[in-house]
Amino acid sequence: MSTSESPTTTASDGGAANGQLLSLRGISKRFGPVQALSGVDLDVPPGKVTALTGDNGAGKSVTIKTIAGLWGPSDGQILWEGEPVHFHGPRDAEAHGITTIYQDLALCDNLDIVQNMFLGHEPRRHRLLDEATMEISARNTLKELSVTTIRSIRQPVASLSGGQRQSVAVAKAVMSKAKLVIMDEPTAALGVAQTRTVLSLIKRLASQGVAVLVVSHNLNDVFAVADRIVVLYLGRMVAQGPASEFDPSSVVDYMTTGRSGRASSETATPAETGQEG
Amino acid sequence: MPDEFSSPGTPSELQEPPLSIEQDEDLTAAPESDLDVTAAAPEVLADSLPEYLRAMGRRIRSGESGALPIVVGLIVIVIFFQAERSEFDSPGNLVNLLVQSSIYVLLGAAEIFALILSEIDLSVGWVLAVGGFVIAELIASPVNFPWWLGILCGLGATAAIGYLQGSLITRLHVPSFVVTLAGLLVWEGVAIELATIDKSAVGGVISVSSSSPVYKLVNSNMSTALSWIVLVVLLAIFAAVSLSRAARRRAQGLSAPPLSITLLTVGITAIGGILLVYICNLNRGVLIHLSGVPWVVPFIGVVLLAYSVFLGRTRFGRYMYAIGANPEAARRAGINVQRVRRVAFTLCGMTAGIAGLVYASWLGSISTDVPGGNYTLYGVAAAVIGGASLFGGRGKPLHALLGGLVIGVVFNGLALMGISAAGQYIATGVVLLVAAAVDSLVRRNRSSGML
Repeated sequence: MSTSESPTTTASDGGAANGQLLSLRGISKRFGPVQALSGVDLDVPPGKVTALTGDNGAGKSVTIKTIAGLWGPSDGQILWEGEPVHFHGPRDAEAHGITTIYQDLALCDNLDIVQNMFLGHEPRRHRLLDEATMEISARNTLKELSVTTIRSIRQPVASLSGGQRQSVAVAKAVMSKAKLVIMDEPTAALGVAQTRTVLSLIKRLASQGVAVLVVSHNLNDVFAVADRIVVLYLGRMVAQGPASEFDPSSVVDYMTTGRSGRASSETATPAETGQEG
Repeated sequence: MPDEFSSPGTPSELQEPPLSIEQDEDLTAAPESDLDVTAAAPEVLADSLPEYLRAMGRRIRSGESGALPIVVGLIVIVIFFQAERSEFDSPGNLVNLLVQSSIYVLLGAAEIFALILSEIDLSVGWVLAVGGFVIAELIASPVNFPWWLGILCGLGATAAIGYLQGSLITRLHVPSFVVTLAGLLVWEGVAIELATIDKSAVGGVISVSSSSPVYKLVNSNMSTALSWIVLVVLLAIFAAVSLSRAARRRAQGLSAPPLSITLLTVGITAIGGILLVYICNLNRGVLIHLSGVPWVVPFIGVVLLAYSVFLGRTRFGRYMYAIGANPEAARRAGINVQRVRRVAFTLCGMTAGIAGLVYASWLGSISTDVPGGNYTLYGVAAAVIGGASLFGGRGKPLHALLGGLVIGVVFNGLALMGISAAGQYIATGVVLLVAAAVDSLVRRNRSSGML
């Protein structure tokens, strides 16, 4: 698994007219004297769950905020569906189909599930809210995601449990026709049962063809849900590849030291940069 | 008056069981769902009347009480005053009470716009006065505008005041409490200035001609026949809309309340409306025959209904509730939060102007004696007593109606009992305190129930 791991993966599914939904090429980000990211290459294919992992301060948040358009990269290129793009703010990234679910979920407690799912783009009829259309398509979306523990989609979000709230946030992203859903620590605040619910929800989301980028440093979750794993270490990408080519201890090695004893000749970053040029 | 100011978008129940059943992880997650039963609207979970009532009971205990407790409270207060003073339910007194309350109701409705956003407007009392002065002066000599133009200008002026305050709040990021507190002082000064620049005002009093429609709004009545006709037409429309809406939703497989609930709502509204018109149609004149529903009653009904549709069924209204609960979520959803805030304060000012119109009409004049400071606080009190939350995200025009009536009834009843002004203030204060305490306790229940 060692030498071939990352380079082969990206070479096979990451060509020039690649099958990747999103590719970062040599992304660097500096905040004054602080080098937060240096030369990060990251591929996110559609219909797969990509786990972005790393220790605290490795640059996970900076990476997703760069993708979400909160700021531009200092250096490097973002390819969206194979085309170079430059996001002018989060709205721009959203317009391209990138939805980010932060830990706070951005739900309004006093509104019901349907109202939350459509917030900001409610359909109207005769200038009034078209509740019927909203309710039907909200229900269908939840059904597609197999969200089953909710008794009524007309109950206020305040009455939902953490896992259910996470489900509503995901359904909201699906509703907005997102092609890439970025989830920041989706299971951080959840209990065991709710974590399982959310992880299976993430898998179903990917099975619908949506690219999912999950930020997590919980390795149980990462291995339970990820098709691909990307490890950051001190602002550099140190490993990237199918989840099957990792095991928890090699990921821990990458996270803590930037290299793995079992995959010591890891040279993913330069190889990829060269290819994608 | 239709009882359904609440909002058409009323959540309703889902007739089918949970969306679908999947075996594995969802069963393990099942224990969570015990929590969500309580806080949902009763109609969300009920298929039949008994089930509905049980759900409602659960909901009241868990804090999401809706309008029922305040309705019950209002009835209790009315019965109390009736037992103490038999003249309380004389037609003359009840109609007088309605007119008195209408100002509290309107100021409460104004305040609702600010409270939903988790803001407050402390200036409404004197904005009312400014609106009243503008209207009264423009329709009197020497300006002699037609009555409708005067009203338009008055409401335009108060809307502009609201917009100005909203702009200061959103652009300078000064808290609404401070901006509108400053407004309370500034607009009192402006009102006094308006009284003094008009040379025809004797002692700062500007009269409204008794032939003007502005005067007639409060002091003239619909004929008894017209009152009944309007009531029947309104009830018929209300019943038809409610029933057909519920039927249509059920046909589409959407959540809808059980038929019995719809019928009950229509029935209660009908009883309320019939009682109202019946009382107003009794002769309440002392020397001459005087009967009929004052025009101000349907007027306020129209205003509140329009506000209910606006808040409950338009995007803008939806955004207001969203901002009140979670401005950050609203911002991320692409809502122009600051613009919504400005418009809300504009509507707040305009509604205070409508209250000014009713005030000037009621007294037949406007002067600097307007109890602006007190009126402001009654407005906040009416909204809070009725069920709006000071913490944002909750409040409907119906709440202003109920809260305004409570304040009106308390003042009126205590005055009839011969209780001093001091006692009236203290009693009203206690009522407000109780309502706010209930709101706060309710919130604590909700949050502890959730986490």
